Amino acid sequence: MSDALKQTVQEAFNEPGCATNRAKSAEARKKGCAKPLTPGAAAGGCAFDGAMITLQPIVDVAHLVHAPLACGGNSWDNRGSASSGSMLYKTGFTTDLSELDIVMGKGEKKLYAAIREIVEKHAPPAVFVYATCVTSMIGDDIAAVCKAATEAFGTPAIPVDVPGYAGSKNLGCKLAGEMMYRHVIGTIEPERSTECDINIIGDYNLNGELWQIKPLLDRLGIRILGSLAADARYRQVAVMHRARVTMLVCSHALIGLARKMEETWGIPFFEGSFYGISDTSESLRTMCRMLVERGAPADLIDRCEALIAEEEAKARAALAPYRPRVEGRRVLLYTGGHKSWSVVSALQELGIEVVGTSVRKATENDKARVVQIMGDETHMYENMAPKEMYATLKAAKADILMSGARSQFVALKARTPWIDVNQEKHEPYAGYMGMVDLVRAIDRSVNNPVWEDVRRPAPWDDPRPATGLRLATQADPAPGPVNDPKEFEDC
Amino acid sequence: MARLTRPRRALSTNPLKSSAPLGAAMAYLGIEGAVPLFHGAQGCTAFAMVHMVRHFKEAIPLQTTAMNEVSTILGGPDQIEEAIANIRKRAHPRFIGIASTALTETRGEDVPGELREILARRKDFGDLKVVYASTPDFEGAIEDGWAAAVTAIVEALVPERDPAHSETVARQVNVLPSANVTPAEIEEIDRLIRAFDLTPIFLPDLSTALDGHLAEDWSGRSLGGTRLDAIPAMAKSAATFAIGESMQGAARLLGQRGHMEVQVFPSLTGLRAVDSFVHALMALAGTADAPDAIKRDRARLQDAMLDAHFQTGGLRYAIAADPDLAYALSSALAGMGAEAVAVVTTSGANPIVELIPAEEAVLGDLGDLEAGARKGEASLLISHAHGRHAAQALGLPLVRAGFPINDRLGAQDICRVGYRGTRAFLFEVANAVLAHPHAARPEDFGAAPIDPEFDHDRPQTAPH
Repeated sequence: MSDALKQTVQEAFNEPGCATNRAKSAEARKKGCAKPLTPGAAAGGCAFDGAMITLQPIVDVAHLVHAPLACGGNSWDNRGSASSGSMLYKTGFTTDLSELDIVMGKGEKKLYAAIREIVEKHAPPAVFVYATCVTSMIGDDIAAVCKAATEAFGTPAIPVDVPGYAGSKNLGCKLAGEMMYRHVIGTIEPERSTECDINIIGDYNLNGELWQIKPLLDRLGIRILGSLAADARYRQVAVMHRARVTMLVCSHALIGLARKMEETWGIPFFEGSFYGISDTSESLRTMCRMLVERGAPADLIDRCEALIAEEEAKARAALAPYRPRVEGRRVLLYTGGHKSWSVVSALQELGIEVVGTSVRKATENDKARVVQIMGDETHMYENMAPKEMYATLKAAKADILMSGARSQFVALKARTPWIDVNQEKHEPYAGYMGMVDLVRAIDRSVNNPVWEDVRRPAPWDDPRPATGLRLATQADPAPGPVNDPKEFEDC
Repeated sequence: MARLTRPRRALSTNPLKSSAPLGAAMAYLGIEGAVPLFHGAQGCTAFAMVHMVRHFKEAIPLQTTAMNEVSTILGGPDQIEEAIANIRKRAHPRFIGIASTALTETRGEDVPGELREILARRKDFGDLKVVYASTPDFEGAIEDGWAAAVTAIVEALVPERDPAHSETVARQVNVLPSANVTPAEIEEIDRLIRAFDLTPIFLPDLSTALDGHLAEDWSGRSLGGTRLDAIPAMAKSAATFAIGESMQGAARLLGQRGHMEVQVFPSLTGLRAVDSFVHALMALAGTADAPDAIKRDRARLQDAMLDAHFQTGGLRYAIAADPDLAYALSSALAGMGAEAVAVVTTSGANPIVELIPAEEAVLGDLGDLEAGARKGEASLLISHAHGRHAAQALGLPLVRAGFPINDRLGAQDICRVGYRGTRAFLFEVANAVLAHPHAARPEDFGAAPIDPEFDHDRPQTAPH
């Protein structure tokens, strides 16, 4: 790791905006917040992955991975961030380094040429260049290449110097924010500014979640000026310094960026969530209050309350028909962070019992909220090994698992309904309408007759005698002849 | 459970049905050395033949009694006799299956009587089995014609077994597949049955006749099928299985001839349906266990059900098919949480229609399919190839099922029965859904478009 990168990582860990970090001793703070990885027992993504997750939803940028094939090749086009415009972000660009490139030190030249090819062929507003372990290790100076390319081709080439071995996925998210702060934010001035311009950070518009919220903002006259990175254009990142308020959506990793923007440009920020009815309302309230504090018309608050009242009533009415279909079902929630409680209250309101919620990646604040909502700590757990989860589900201690894709097959193999509530999901569940969609998904899943069928005993395990066919010549089934497996052909 | 309705109207728009004689001809083609013969005008035969040629991508040796104006008025026995003589000379068949058509039925002929007389008189026809089924175009559809032909074959060629004097062949089982069972499906059923060390006799057997293989010689007859000497031997089987409710009648007749048990399996698609078939095979084989390969197939189907339920759960689809096929596919999909918002079928004669998991089944056409799919907000269509027009008009994916499938290759290889075939079917449906992804747009949620000032003004690559 270069000294500059080491310095950046160190700074990222020392985050004054983070309550957890503030509570630490000076010694502990120096160690950083990433838990040391255990060889043989690690399964999370790397820092490069985190950087890519954070930045790739900027839709009109060409994202170029400077690496041998695996980093870009095994990961491109795998996330559901939706775009209302350019689809360039879905194109997988990589320098695909060969052995010879690495041995002969041709990486930088190849990178420079690759940037040129992208600019000539696609003319994007910017090219983001991602460093990776190998190119970082052999000492390719992507910052220098980006500088030269920017000058030569007239299109900003932005170095994202976050190689995988720098640390965890979470660290990668932080560093990606830092790269935007250093190289992009504040480089363009918006054509116009309004008193109701906001930044949204940490939403990725998965399957259109941003658009489930946006009509609410549209009605209040609130404009999303800057975005990192839901349905974002490059310009929206570059003009973030001119917003009045920043909302940090379910994202602890980017708190450092929000804090720096507050320090540099005086933009206050708040952490909020759009999962669940009460959270959505709370986020809208906070947003409007802060905008008014920064000079927006005072009636914004009243209009916001009226909107909340109307939308909550609408959502509750839409949810009512599902109540009898989902009431009494027991949900095991395995997600973490903010979502460990933000969905719980909404589910409880529908008579769904939450039998457990994981508090992985959750802050003390999050944990306190879990206790507040669920009464005590007995339903709170940290991690659950797949084997243990399988046993829990198989013993029918929960009717449904809500989690990310990684535990999908634990649920399915235990013949238990599963709902994807993490980033790979195929349906948007944000805001008021998203809650209705989520409950509809739960209904569709738990009430699918497929569960009864897959749990049926096979004919050879069925203790009941075979029905239907009673042959006069065979009153008692005689022991059958040996079945010869050689008879089988797999066609 | 569906209520059968008959729309009150004069016009049929985009017919769903194929006619009964065509079904009979297809059944006859599953008999060894056969030439099916339409008793009707030349055109009836040509249309049916071309229909089958385009579906199976095979030469179809369908012949005609070529009724003309004069013979139609004066009566057709001479035409039949002449046709048989000519076919004998040209193709040397061992079996001729005759199907009547609307023309000859409208006139009203006593073909069975005339045929008896012809065969008694023409000793030179003695090396030939001739079977006749009454299949007027104006009654029923492909499924009914097929069933009538199989019933006629049993009636004519399976003798009554004398239980006092002849033994049953304990491990032999008769299987009467309905018209929608494809050659590949017969192979799969055959494999299931043989897995339990039982020996099936299929009547008819398209799996060797219309499976699409390159023959060494030009025969002018069917390319395979149920062996003629196996047909009378069916009387000695231990049991008769009908695949599809439409085969109930033929199976009962065969059961009476052989004094054996009969079981009708309305469907072999879907976990429950296959389980009950396997149960029956285990009972017949006298075993409480199943071979490993079958167990593995079932476990793989269970896994496929779990993988596919994300796409099938809550899926709204519309289906148009003959009753047995409509029942088989819709009941399998109902078990996966899908909802049939429109069901159109072809024949009111089949009681299975009442068990189709939908509110209503319309005895109608593809126009009904299109209208029903639109009204019910379906996101998938299941129908034969002509359903593609409705699919195009509605912008929906079409899963091709039934007859004809003339705009794709490999109709004979479609297999949706058994654990494996069900697995393939579920993947097929799920993939059809996945192949029509709905990319979320701001306007879907009522969101205003993004401020144009943020958009990059230079040309971008086209969305893909």
